[in-house]
Amino acid sequence: MSTATTASPPTATATPRHPGVRRPSLLRLTGVELRKLVDTRAGLWLLITIGLFAAALVVVQLIWTDDAAQTFPNFFLPSMLPIGLLLPVLGILSITGEWSQRTALTTFALVPRRGRVVAAKLAAMVLAALASVLVSLGVAAVGTLVAAATGGAGTWRMEWALVLHAVVLQVTNVLMGAGFGLLLLNTPLAIVGYLLLPTLWSVLGEMIRPLHGPAGWLDTARTTEPLLTPEVTAGQWGRFAVSLLVWLAVPLVAGLLRTLRREVS
Amino acid sequence: MITVAHLTKRYGRHTAVDDVSFRCEPGTVTGFLGPNGAGKSTTMRMVCGLTPPSGGGATIAGRPYRELPNPGREVGVLLDASAQHAGRTGREALTMAAATMGVDRRQVATKLDLVGLNEVAAKRRLRAYSLGMRQRLGLAHALLGDPRVLILDEPANGLDPEGIFWMRGLLRDFADRGGTVLLSSHLLREVEAVADRLVVIGGGRIVAQGDKAELLAGGGTLVRARDGVTLRGALERAGLPATEGTEGLLVHADAEAVGQAAADAGVALTELRAAGGGGLEQLFLTLTAGASTREAVR
Repeated sequence: MSTATTASPPTATATPRHPGVRRPSLLRLTGVELRKLVDTRAGLWLLITIGLFAAALVVVQLIWTDDAAQTFPNFFLPSMLPIGLLLPVLGILSITGEWSQRTALTTFALVPRRGRVVAAKLAAMVLAALASVLVSLGVAAVGTLVAAATGGAGTWRMEWALVLHAVVLQVTNVLMGAGFGLLLLNTPLAIVGYLLLPTLWSVLGEMIRPLHGPAGWLDTARTTEPLLTPEVTAGQWGRFAVSLLVWLAVPLVAGLLRTLRREVS
Repeated sequence: MITVAHLTKRYGRHTAVDDVSFRCEPGTVTGFLGPNGAGKSTTMRMVCGLTPPSGGGATIAGRPYRELPNPGREVGVLLDASAQHAGRTGREALTMAAATMGVDRRQVATKLDLVGLNEVAAKRRLRAYSLGMRQRLGLAHALLGDPRVLILDEPANGLDPEGIFWMRGLLRDFADRGGTVLLSSHLLREVEAVADRLVVIGGGRIVAQGDKAELLAGGGTLVRARDGVTLRGALERAGLPATEGTEGLLVHADAEAVGQAAADAGVALTELRAAGGGGLEQLFLTLTAGASTREAVR
């Protein structure tokens, strides 16, 4: 494209032929990407499954845990677990699906600036992560109400910092998935990579003594743990940030570069 | 208008597209011909900004594809009818594209109707579509933004004869209203009926291009009458030298001149047509014959 670009300066101010010839806004593209998350059977069922898992956990707790433990935060925190694990898979699918289903050909023909498509996808995933926290709050609230009615503790008291932490956790989770999706551009590879690599690193970090030190900074399983409590120290935030740099920022940037350059065929 | 200038694509040491240049003018249908693996699809992907070229460039209405603010409103692209999510319905695939381009939702139904996909087909998921249905949906997708330019890669693949006939009419009409059409095919006969201009590519290089009439002429005109002797005399009087062919008389003149000469002499003709694509057809056959070995290399 280089030779042709130099020949004609951008004429974006030229009178548009169609009234709608303006480029699609990021808002519109995000709307499209949100819709793409749910308009296939795979996506829809993945979302339904996530919701069912979160609800099932609450039911399990209502039946089997001690009455005293049936509190709002105790319903809220575990419900985030299946969501944190599976929602990123939806994010991975929305990226790798473009290549496995070959829709990249049509998507990038309509929006040739691929960075905008990727930005819209990330925005859609962040919105989905935010919505997932609302779902967690919702099922926890229902759980608490039922607990109160059936003799459980049913107490509502929760440190609101936990909600903020939940938002941070879920958003970083989906972005981490997106990073793996962008980098590997292959559905099974990205899902396995996203689910397995950090865990593998955790196991190795436990087993191999010289790795103990770095693992405290790089093992996401360990660095995210403090976020499940209301109190997070500056040092813990630091470790969390470093682990994100490795597991989120690096794959995301490298993946973005790969996606921008890859030939679509 | 599409302008392709010195477009080149190399994969390692293999040159898939080698210094390809041509122009497609408004109001014309350009047939992009070549055997499979000749570089047609790679060229078209480069024009649409999907494959970065190794050299050269292409513009649409004076701008590189990637700089078009909302390409779907200016260029309708159908590069691969199967490149749609198998789990979406036909209508959903179009609705998504309409939302991206900012096109009125009602256009989805209009375009589905235009390409002959009915209510039932629109609700079906794409995995259940035949190739012909996918091509129709792909065409609806390309037409959705009411573009002035169409770029279609092998759009006749999978269409039945009736579908091919219908598509020709649609493209002809599109061009007659001032649109620019570039369509590729590996079958000369398929585009011959609709194209005004032909660009023939083989082994990544352009081997012939020009007006269809020009390229297909050269073979002269074949004419036959029950009364061959009178016909021959009439042609001689009109100053049109004729040679005896296996199927009739071969005249080095266009059909109009030959017909007029026969009419002036009052000879009833039984046949009057161009004597086959001669050079072009021969060239095309030569290209195709050698192509099967190159097929494997992308």
